Amino acid sequence: MNKIIRGLIAMALIVGLGALFPSASGAATKPNGELTVSAAASLTDVFPVIADAFQKRFPGTKINFNFAGSSTVMNQVITGAPVDVIATASEPTMSIGVAAALVARPLLFAKNSMTIAVPSGNPAKIKSLADVQRGGLLLGVCDPAVPCGAAAVELFSKNNIAVTPVTRELDVRSLLGKVISGDLDVGIVYITDVRAAGSKVEFVEIPLKDNVGTTYPIAMVSDSKNQELAQRFVNFVRFNTTSQGILRAFGFAKPW
Amino acid sequence: MLVPGLVALIFLVVPLIALIAQTPWDAFPKIISSPEALEALRLSLLTSLAATSLAALFGIPMAWLLAREVLPFTGLLRALVIVPLLLPPVVSGVALLEALGRRGLVGRFLYDNFDITFPFTTLGVVIAATFVAMPFLIITLEGGFRSLHQRYEDAAATLGASSRRIFFRVTLPMVAPAAIAGLVLCWARALGEFGATITFAGNFPGVTQTMPLAVYTALESDRSVAIALSLVLLVVSVGVLVGLRGRYLQTRTS
Repeated sequence: MNKIIRGLIAMALIVGLGALFPSASGAATKPNGELTVSAAASLTDVFPVIADAFQKRFPGTKINFNFAGSSTVMNQVITGAPVDVIATASEPTMSIGVAAALVARPLLFAKNSMTIAVPSGNPAKIKSLADVQRGGLLLGVCDPAVPCGAAAVELFSKNNIAVTPVTRELDVRSLLGKVISGDLDVGIVYITDVRAAGSKVEFVEIPLKDNVGTTYPIAMVSDSKNQELAQRFVNFVRFNTTSQGILRAFGFAKPW
Repeated sequence: MLVPGLVALIFLVVPLIALIAQTPWDAFPKIISSPEALEALRLSLLTSLAATSLAALFGIPMAWLLAREVLPFTGLLRALVIVPLLLPPVVSGVALLEALGRRGLVGRFLYDNFDITFPFTTLGVVIAATFVAMPFLIITLEGGFRSLHQRYEDAAATLGASSRRIFFRVTLPMVAPAAIAGLVLCWARALGEFGATITFAGNFPGVTQTMPLAVYTALESDRSVAIALSLVLLVVSVGVLVGLRGRYLQTRTS
């Protein structure tokens, strides 16, 4: 009996030590180098914070960002820009890259939904989604070619709302900027954008049952020069608890 | 000299060749005759010509004032007038919003008292194009006015011509080549305006979506449409250059 117990303890110690020093198993190497991440404009605020956490976790790495409308970042990958990781604000945009075998195995890592942004003081006195139909109102949306615009189209049709926007901005941040400046009375943007803008802008909530959302996929670009680090960043954004905590803090929901 | 010179030539020409090579010729007639494309082209021609007219109306007198050093601090004034030419266009757009937006420095007053707003209107597009393009006319024409000796104006004055008559009958005809060169540069800059327009005036088909904005918007959904529209702009630019070549070259040799 005594021998058996001693043997078991010894085995447990060996297994435990093995777990403590994973490099002893030979598989993992220390990640290093730089990554270029192209991401949807709505990730402008949250991604640098996640990158900070990543760089702290893996010293010697550096993440560079390039933010634009989702279609623009996908276009950059299609035309061969030196990008390692791409994150878009919609699955259809990502599927273009998947179909062309330009990106590998996208992971859904966040979910966003829409809200009605108004300048501080809400000068047009918007109270609900139905109010954005009012004549003479300066309503801004994103172009239907970018995810926030596609979501706005879906939102209007879901709620049987007929609108006459005055501008179709090509990314959500420029739309929000024109609401903040007071040049637009209303803009249909992501919840996370108004959160990020803080007190510079007000918003009118859209009830959950009327709202529409978009999910964010992230993937390694197949041509990446640093595939190991790229995949590690993709996994970090999706699975790491710190990363997911940061996403929650910025107002993104779980997509699963 | 030869090799770097040829590098410059290749560098400038290859992208244009690539654009032509990538043009979807089968779909081309359909794309450029679509209502959206025609609307964008119409809007581009309208706004660029309006901007050039405004630039001529105000820029030609300004160029003369600078050339004749009528105002104090001419050097400083010239620098101020040229700034929009050096500014990134998107910065010009932000500056215009801060000045003429609904809550802008001047825009607030116009909106509160006269209910006038510029963003999201065709007039806003014209203003953005004028802002970025007028300096081209002013500096080109100032050079023309400067190279014209003042004795012609003096002679006309001694013969009893009024200053207005001197300007329109003596000064302006003598600087016509520089004026035409300046107007063409100004117009081409206005036609190509993108950054200030999308920042200040927004992007909506038929109202503010000029050709460059249509190209950028099409790039988001259909690349071949963007390329076809780009080719139209290229053809328009080259067409104007060829059409005005004779006069344009005169200014180079005079």
